[in-house]
Amino acid sequence: MESKLRGHAHKYGKNVDTDVIIPGKYCNIIDPIELGKHALEGLDPEYTGRMRAGDIIVADTNFGCGSSREVAPIAIKGSGTSAVIAKSFARIFYRNALNIGLPIFESAEAVDRIESGDEIELEPENGTIRNITKGESYRAAEFPPFMRSLIDAGGLVPYVEKRLAERN
Amino acid sequence: MGMTLTEKILARHCGLELVEPGQIVNAKVDLVLANELSAAVAIKVMRGMTGAKRVFDPSRIALVADHFVPAKDAQSASLAKLMKDFAIEQKIEHFFDVGRGGIEHVVLPEEGLVAPGELIVGGDSHTCTYGAFGAFATGMGSTDIAAAFVLGEVWLKVPASIKLVYEGKTQPMVYAKDIMLRTVGELGIDGATYRAIEYHGSTVDELSITGRITMANMAIEAGAKNGIFHADAKTIAYVKERTDRPFVVERADADAAYERVIRIDVGELEPQVACPHTPDNVHPISEVTREDLPVDQVFIGSCTNGYIEDLRVVAQILEGKRIAPNLRVIVNPGSQKVWMQAAQEGILTTLAAAGCAVNTPGCGACFGGHMGTLGDGERAISTTNRNYVGRMGSPKAEIYLASPATCAASALTGRITDPRALAYVEA
Ligand code: SF4
Repeated sequence: MESKLRGHAHKYGKNVDTDVIIPGKYCNIIDPIELGKHALEGLDPEYTGRMRAGDIIVADTNFGCGSSREVAPIAIKGSGTSAVIAKSFARIFYRNALNIGLPIFESAEAVDRIESGDEIELEPENGTIRNITKGESYRAAEFPPFMRSLIDAGGLVPYVEKRLAERN
Repeated sequence: MGMTLTEKILARHCGLELVEPGQIVNAKVDLVLANELSAAVAIKVMRGMTGAKRVFDPSRIALVADHFVPAKDAQSASLAKLMKDFAIEQKIEHFFDVGRGGIEHVVLPEEGLVAPGELIVGGDSHTCTYGAFGAFATGMGSTDIAAAFVLGEVWLKVPASIKLVYEGKTQPMVYAKDIMLRTVGELGIDGATYRAIEYHGSTVDELSITGRITMANMAIEAGAKNGIFHADAKTIAYVKERTDRPFVVERADADAAYERVIRIDVGELEPQVACPHTPDNVHPISEVTREDLPVDQVFIGSCTNGYIEDLRVVAQILEGKRIAPNLRVIVNPGSQKVWMQAAQEGILTTLAAAGCAVNTPGCGACFGGHMGTLGDGERAISTTNRNYVGRMGSPKAEIYLASPATCAASALTGRITDPRALAYVEA
């Protein structure tokens, strides 16, 4: 992961589900850039036109509920969005985001304080969320130790490669 | 301290005496499932993994083409081909192409690939369906599935369990779907996130296998990791008819710890409807019919309600009648076997004669894929499991979720209708 991420916030409500993140009809696409063109299309068709590379999605509770489609976090990442901040994430989306390297931050305080358009700077390494517009900073929940060790190992793929090498 | 049913199965699959909620375990899997969409991404990930040449066991992987079958366009066809080529190359034993399978979650139990006590992961969120058979089953994304393909193991956080106890006898025209919609309404769509749901009580003991499938299937609609029933004589008979593979029936300990226990009396339960745009926006049908709601499309099918029992209910209601004008009814039998059974029983003819379009088995309209996509401003009532914005096509469409009986009754009148209002279906 990059050391610092910076962009403007786009704020949404609770239960942003995978059907609006990437509608079913696009699930036959696997190219991240192509998928990225349709990120959030079901919720906010203007999102991809309005956002700039590095921008950040901010949402309430249960972000990513619904389907197991990994193309949901892939589409968000493919659109150039640098991270998602939410009060909480749905279980499968959380795993998928970490597996594909989409930075996610859990922080109720950040979500309550940040407004659409605020300029945000994030440090995935230590979970710091800085609101440049408002001159505030918030902390994201720490990753559980096992998740942290997976992230530090570079994600699930290197972890699996290591396990395979040990077996041979 | 005893263990819940989920904890028992996880402990055995990671070789531990005891596991407890919150613990991270590495568990061996009995079966890994993927469909053409999740498989395509998983295969791509696996191809990029150093040292990952072969799957861990070609007899323990099931690949089912169901989401865009028959292929809706060249791009969908290429994903299905990617999966087929992989199945051939890796000598995957359980590969189901269109015409031989159907919806993954309908096919796997039918083919004897699911048994009590097993641990199954799938690249589809409704993998939790197999909890109906006393298995631990959960959905994951493609990278996790790729890891399971090659390692035959997954890492899991042991979930705390919520015990749901159902008592009472349901009234006529009230089905497992209504019980489960009520449950999702009660829990909320994130009410069981990171939790296991364990179903108990005399009502579910009496339920058919299909009824339990419908309920386990929608555990994910409350955010649950898995939903699980205890296997009983019915389960064992069903499984033994389809496989002679040995399996271990696990039971929750009497002193197992549950995070919550919720009692639900179904004796007075009315048919239920999930209104737009979340599956937990559930109301009794009498409240919904107070507004007069015309429908443009009725959809019968999916891994929730695409079984022969469901089609029988619909056929019984539509027998000798015509569906309302200005409305279309689309039926997707859940699998090739369900389709054939329905053909033999004359159900397909009954439905076609009533004016329904009967499709090839598959997911189709359920996720807005193809074969029944909704347009702007349209309203549908459907036997499926999700009604999020845009789920079945246009983000400007409305989806109501209900039982096959409620959907069939609505097909006759052209508006959302209480199936109990149809005098001639008196039980
Ligand atoms: S029928 Fe619907 S819910 Fe079931 S697997 Fe297919 S798309 Fe998913």
